[in-house]
Amino acid sequence: MIDQQKLYYIWIYLQAEPLFWLTLTISSYLIADFIYRKSNLFPLLNPVALSVLLVSLILISFNIQYERYFDGAKFIHFLLGPATVALAIPIYRKWDLIVSNSKAILISLTLGSFFAIFITYVLSLQFKLQEELIFSLLPRSVTAPIAMGISEIIGGIPSLTAIITLITGVVGASLGVFVFDLMKLKKMEARGFSLGLASHGIGTARAMSRDKNAGVFAAVGMGLSGLITSIIVPLFLKIIF
Amino acid sequence: MLNSIFIILLFQLMGEFIQKFFDFSIPGPVIGLIFLLSVLLIIKKINKKHEAFDTNLVISAENLLSYLPLLFIPVGVGVVMHLSLLEENLVSVLLVIVFGTLLTLALTGYVMEKLLKDNNLND
Repeated sequence: MIDQQKLYYIWIYLQAEPLFWLTLTISSYLIADFIYRKSNLFPLLNPVALSVLLVSLILISFNIQYERYFDGAKFIHFLLGPATVALAIPIYRKWDLIVSNSKAILISLTLGSFFAIFITYVLSLQFKLQEELIFSLLPRSVTAPIAMGISEIIGGIPSLTAIITLITGVVGASLGVFVFDLMKLKKMEARGFSLGLASHGIGTARAMSRDKNAGVFAAVGMGLSGLITSIIVPLFLKIIF
Repeated sequence: MLNSIFIILLFQLMGEFIQKFFDFSIPGPVIGLIFLLSVLLIIKKINKKHEAFDTNLVISAENLLSYLPLLFIPVGVGVVMHLSLLEENLVSVLLVIVFGTLLTLALTGYVMEKLLKDNNLND
């Protein structure tokens, strides 16, 4: 017979340590990535979305607090910072390509970033959302830390913005390719740039997994749209209100 | 390996410091990215014959970046666990996000495709 009491004590011990949550996070990712590859990189089976669902299902079914999970998984979360810095290397290696297309980049960047804010505002009005929620939605296409900062400045709710931003990333990464195929876009650089601009890091991760040039342009699009959006959003609100 | 981890962490640390010091709205790691890129480009300009970095830095960076999706899981789980914050607005917010994102992707991708030069891509 298995000693249930003993198993319970082992569980109590393990769930208080990072080891268990780190292993759970990585194993969910490996499973999700395996399914994604088996499906021939089918975009709707985006590994981020899939593994997030997997971990969430486990947490919910075992009634585990998110804070408990994050306390362990924060070591993986920490690596987001260094990974962002590391994006300098692929950008550096493709620098000539970026410089020779700087005009295209600047024009697409300005149009795209402005349009992202504008369309979010128009759609929010259509759905008659309250002001506070609209403010939380406006900066949603840029990377979460920037979006949360903007949200705070303009009177949104930063934690809501974090949620909205993450969903934007997953939507762009998993549905973007259908839009690009529909529009018959052939240049990987255009697809990548657009993904980075409209769906930040998660879009960039998707672009990197498909094509090196797409990945680099995604990283450039993400970085630049972060900069320009933090300037445009407050200006946009000044014009509107 | 340890050298390249050190370089990346050092630039992130500088970025975080500058962000806090000047109270920038740009996150520290993005400032670190801009710094590291600038330093690499300056080294390349001074020393044209050699690459600005050792191959270890490239390998470490590319290793880390190949797991980029994994790094979003902890926050992503938080989103699922806190979806209730959106309350009765969940569906409208989701629709705004889906349509807004797809239209932005379409416009940006289209403009970029038209403006990119053909000759120097895919090298």
